[in-house]
Amino acid sequence: MKPAPFDYVKPASLEEALELRRRHGAESAILAGGQSLVPDFNQRLRSTETVIDINGLSALSSIEESQDMISLGAISRYREIETSALVAEHAPLLKMAIPEIGSPAIRNRGTIGGSVSMADPGAELPACLCALGANFELARAGSKRMIAAQNFFTGRYETALDNDEILTRIDVPKNRVGFRSAFHEIARRKTGYAMCGVAAHGKVTHQSVQNLKMVFFGTDDTPMLAVNTISVIEGCAINDVPPAELDAALSEDLHPSDDTHGSAKLRMHYAKVLTRRVLAQFVSAHGEE
Amino acid sequence: MTTEKRLISLSVNGELQAKIVEPRMSLADFLRIELELTGTHVGCESGVCGACTVNINGQTARACTILAVQVEGDEVTTIEGASESGEFRDLQDAFHARNALQCGFCTPGMLMMSAELLTQNSKPCRQEIREYLSGNYCRCTGYEAIVDAVETVAQTRNARVGEQDD
Ligand SMILES: Cc1cc2nc3c(=O)[nH]c(=O)nc-3n(C[C@H](O)[C@H](O)[C@H](O)COP(=O)(O)OP(=O)(O)OC[C@H]3O[C@@H](n4cnc5c(N)ncnc54)[C@H](O)[C@@H]3O)c2cc1C
Ligand code: FES
Ligand code: FES
Repeated sequence: MKPAPFDYVKPASLEEALELRRRHGAESAILAGGQSLVPDFNQRLRSTETVIDINGLSALSSIEESQDMISLGAISRYREIETSALVAEHAPLLKMAIPEIGSPAIRNRGTIGGSVSMADPGAELPACLCALGANFELARAGSKRMIAAQNFFTGRYETALDNDEILTRIDVPKNRVGFRSAFHEIARRKTGYAMCGVAAHGKVTHQSVQNLKMVFFGTDDTPMLAVNTISVIEGCAINDVPPAELDAALSEDLHPSDDTHGSAKLRMHYAKVLTRRVLAQFVSAHGEE
Repeated sequence: MTTEKRLISLSVNGELQAKIVEPRMSLADFLRIELELTGTHVGCESGVCGACTVNINGQTARACTILAVQVEGDEVTTIEGASESGEFRDLQDAFHARNALQCGFCTPGMLMMSAELLTQNSKPCRQEIREYLSGNYCRCTGYEAIVDAVETVAQTRNARVGEQDD
């Protein structure tokens, strides 16, 4: 056995889970899909006194629709999201991204709430949820708060979650008329974290793209909204975005660093390539109509 | 620090098992040490290599990333159970015939994943086979023979279904 010892509790209700969280705080760890937490225990990158298993909380497992959003319970599994008709119809960006996450065996267990709580800089869903303008519900004993995806990610593996909180739900605004999504990444292997990736969502017409959100991952500590790049793209005809301006804007927006998987220069090159793929996809998507 | 051991009961390969385990024990260690089912191999213990892949309630999972206490009440199938029931005898035969294993360390995981792929997609192309197995590492074969074997089984199974339809 590799992990350091811990106690294990599996609460039957959210109230009970929040009470445990209040009591154990920093000495506890939430167990969702376990696809990052248990490997971290095995490698002793992490230890805790009490593991709180939230897999028994059926209130956290539904995917539901309301007038203008879909709400994903925090323990919705990747596989459930990938095969959900609601997600396919109203948030196709999530469906595009999920096949790029881990192996199918990882996707059978891993959860959306675990992915965002982990906040790996190379993870797909945090960037998608920022591009879609999603909101997260965080609960603690006796109260709840909502936070925008863009404000949730505070650093490399760091989030706005407090030690006594549980992420319970993710609200994703439904796709509006004329809006398109695009998703591209480059990873060393199909099942690995991205070296560089981009999630994009915007209103595409035959002339231009407006209301664009373009969020890169794998380049910075947190999902990075490429504000300068967006304004270059929005300011031009969709077929005629000047490459030099595009590349200059990307260099301002993104701050990749060197690591064992590749140099900063390589990642920046990938960002340029992926941006062109997004634009090409928007052009051809519009042509289909 | 003291941690309370727990009694867990679950079905493994169709047999009911009840054991007392430490919360930190992984399902992979539980199967290998407590039940002596050593066909579930342990390589990386971090979800990366796929050697420990088992089936839980009809879905593949990495036994090294799951705590034994989590599978309380679940139905687990390991390579031993799947071999005995003969549910993917054709895959095993095809791996053998095509030399899709050398040391055999990755093979249980490769078989569990291939079996799941073929239940979800009866006509996978080579690229789809590669993608489905891309989270399972093989250090011997270079993968080509594994993809061949899975492709052959898909074709044979489809031909059989075709005959039945005629
Ligand atoms: C081989 C391998 C390849 C992978 N490749 C990718 C990849 O390409 N892209 C990718 O995005 N991910 C990848 N992953 C990680 C995978 O997506 C994990 O499933 C995910 O990071 C965590 O989700 P989980 O549900 O398994 O969470 P867990 O592992 O259970 O938890 C992760 C962290 O989040 C906390 N947490 C979980 N849920 C909550 C909650 N509701 N409230 C508060 N805190 C919570 C936990 O305490 C823990 O700190 C990979 C994992 C492996 C093993
Ligand atoms: S030992 Fe479980 S994935 Fe490698
Ligand atoms: S046959 Fe040796 S690792 Fe695959």
